[in-house]
Amino acid sequence: MSEIGSAQPGGVLAQPSQRFDGDWTRRRQVGSRLLGRGLLYLVLTALTVLLVAPLVWMVSASFKPEGYVFEYPPRLIAEQIQWWNYVEAWNQFPFWRSLRNTMTITIGVELGRLLSASLTAYVFARLRFPGRHALFLLVLSTMMIPYHVVLIPQYLLFRNLNWLDSFRPLIVPHFFGGGAFFIFLLRQFFMTIPRDYDDAARIDGAGAFGILWRIILPMSKPALATVAIFTFMAEWNDFLAPLIYLNSQEKYTLAIAIRQWQQVAVWGAGAYVPPTWNAIMSMSTVLTVPPVLIFFFTQRYFIQGVVISGIKG
Amino acid sequence: MLWRRNLSLQARETRDAYIGLLPFLLGFVIFIAGPLIYSFYLSFTRYEILSPPRWSGLANYTRMFGEDEVLWQSLRVTVIYTLVAVPTQVVVGYAMALLLNLKVKGLSFWRTAFYMPAVVPAMAVAYVFSWMLQSDVGLLNQFLRSIGLPGPKWFGDPNWVLAAFILMSAWAVGGTLLLYLSALQGVPTELYDAAKVDGANAWRRFLNVTLPMTSPIIFFVFLTGMIGTFQVFTVAFVTTNGGPGNASLFYILYLYRTGWEYLQMGYAAAMAWLLFVILLVVTLLSLRLSRSAVFYEGAQE
Repeated sequence: MSEIGSAQPGGVLAQPSQRFDGDWTRRRQVGSRLLGRGLLYLVLTALTVLLVAPLVWMVSASFKPEGYVFEYPPRLIAEQIQWWNYVEAWNQFPFWRSLRNTMTITIGVELGRLLSASLTAYVFARLRFPGRHALFLLVLSTMMIPYHVVLIPQYLLFRNLNWLDSFRPLIVPHFFGGGAFFIFLLRQFFMTIPRDYDDAARIDGAGAFGILWRIILPMSKPALATVAIFTFMAEWNDFLAPLIYLNSQEKYTLAIAIRQWQQVAVWGAGAYVPPTWNAIMSMSTVLTVPPVLIFFFTQRYFIQGVVISGIKG
Repeated sequence: MLWRRNLSLQARETRDAYIGLLPFLLGFVIFIAGPLIYSFYLSFTRYEILSPPRWSGLANYTRMFGEDEVLWQSLRVTVIYTLVAVPTQVVVGYAMALLLNLKVKGLSFWRTAFYMPAVVPAMAVAYVFSWMLQSDVGLLNQFLRSIGLPGPKWFGDPNWVLAAFILMSAWAVGGTLLLYLSALQGVPTELYDAAKVDGANAWRRFLNVTLPMTSPIIFFVFLTGMIGTFQVFTVAFVTTNGGPGNASLFYILYLYRTGWEYLQMGYAAAMAWLLFVILLVVTLLSLRLSRSAVFYEGAQE
């Protein structure tokens, strides 16, 4: 969209001719416009510095020796670069196991959501059946129900099933619909695929679900990627649900394990030794890097997700 | 396979549709509708998990509206936070998007920089800010002191702790940016051209074209922002855990405590229902108000 905007006449291209027509007021206008532009970029730069500074400080502190963390004015790079803040921190709690737990849960949720949200979305995008309108409203209305209202009964349900302290309460529900937001997003995308493809496949003998599997899904990779990325972000950040459902340390997700490590004690040390700020910043950096990297490299999917879902929202 | 051929095309489509919807419908009953009803029932019981729920009539609700000071404190905290954080999100985010919509060079660079804080996990945000906002040695207070201002105690001071939370949410304000930008870029250029022909200056063009054309998105950001701030949990749990003296006891934090620390599931269910009703009322009210304030293109009068 931005390419279209900048290609318009009357923008940057029109200015040189105006500058040489000798008209003083014109010239002053151009001058003030240049000044305005300068001011604009100044404001943008200031905002960027303000917004990025905390992250830069976080990373920089994660490499500093303990005594330098509160140094003022802060130095970007201390005299000593202390890589082992990281190693020390992840030796103090089962870092790799909790990372593996987070990944296991995430993969499970991805699988469940991609399968079941696309199935549900496909039905609403393509099939005609009585009750379709009412059922779609039902899907949308579930977006209005805060997770916390159903949290207690869900917890009791999983408790009765003896599923507490396992990954099942965190994964299994996502196989049943995959969430209204994602159903909506995928449906919007599926509807942009021309029906001619369906018809061609139908002539070749494909049934409704064959069309979904062989035509719609392969053509919807960008939308599926958007769903996968949003899901990764949500699972990586998830805190309350793992906190409630996982009780034993070997089941903890990374976020819960880091919280436990920061709060309770250094493992095996016997006495309570709180981790130092440089160590905490190293683990904060570890938590921050994957989502930020993914955001960097998959921005267009973010934007697409917003464009597909937001405009009609 | 004979029965299959006998079905009419429409009947087959209907059958396929309901087969396809089966997971969603099951999920709706098991994980949403059922729990919603069951938690309504639980809200009229005393249920301490170890023994089965016992009917207690309106006891939870009388406790909620009559005796429980802490609940009102948590509501107050949540509402104050919402009232400051949401307008900040709406207005500052919109202003950022307007700046970036001025045909700036390197749009994707600025967009990335502004949006980035929004993808940082809540835990990391909580740790970074509780480090930067340390009362004596924190970077922000050292900076304030160096220019001669007294730094508040932030997370340690009941009067300032919410300000610290608002600061954290303001930092991630760029999360609304993508939504706003796509709305701004969706405004048809013909409208601006027409306004220019009519002699409207930049300010009038903003008031009469940009603002009304993007008002549905502004409203959307407002509504989702509000629903979000009512459900703050992680940052509060990690930084202050409600303190000092319940000054940052957000509603969900109190709900978590009631249910999973005090094991009062009946009362927690009542709290969950109160939250549900509050959010429902707020949503319906703002939908109603929005009808006069928000411009929907192509909407029938």
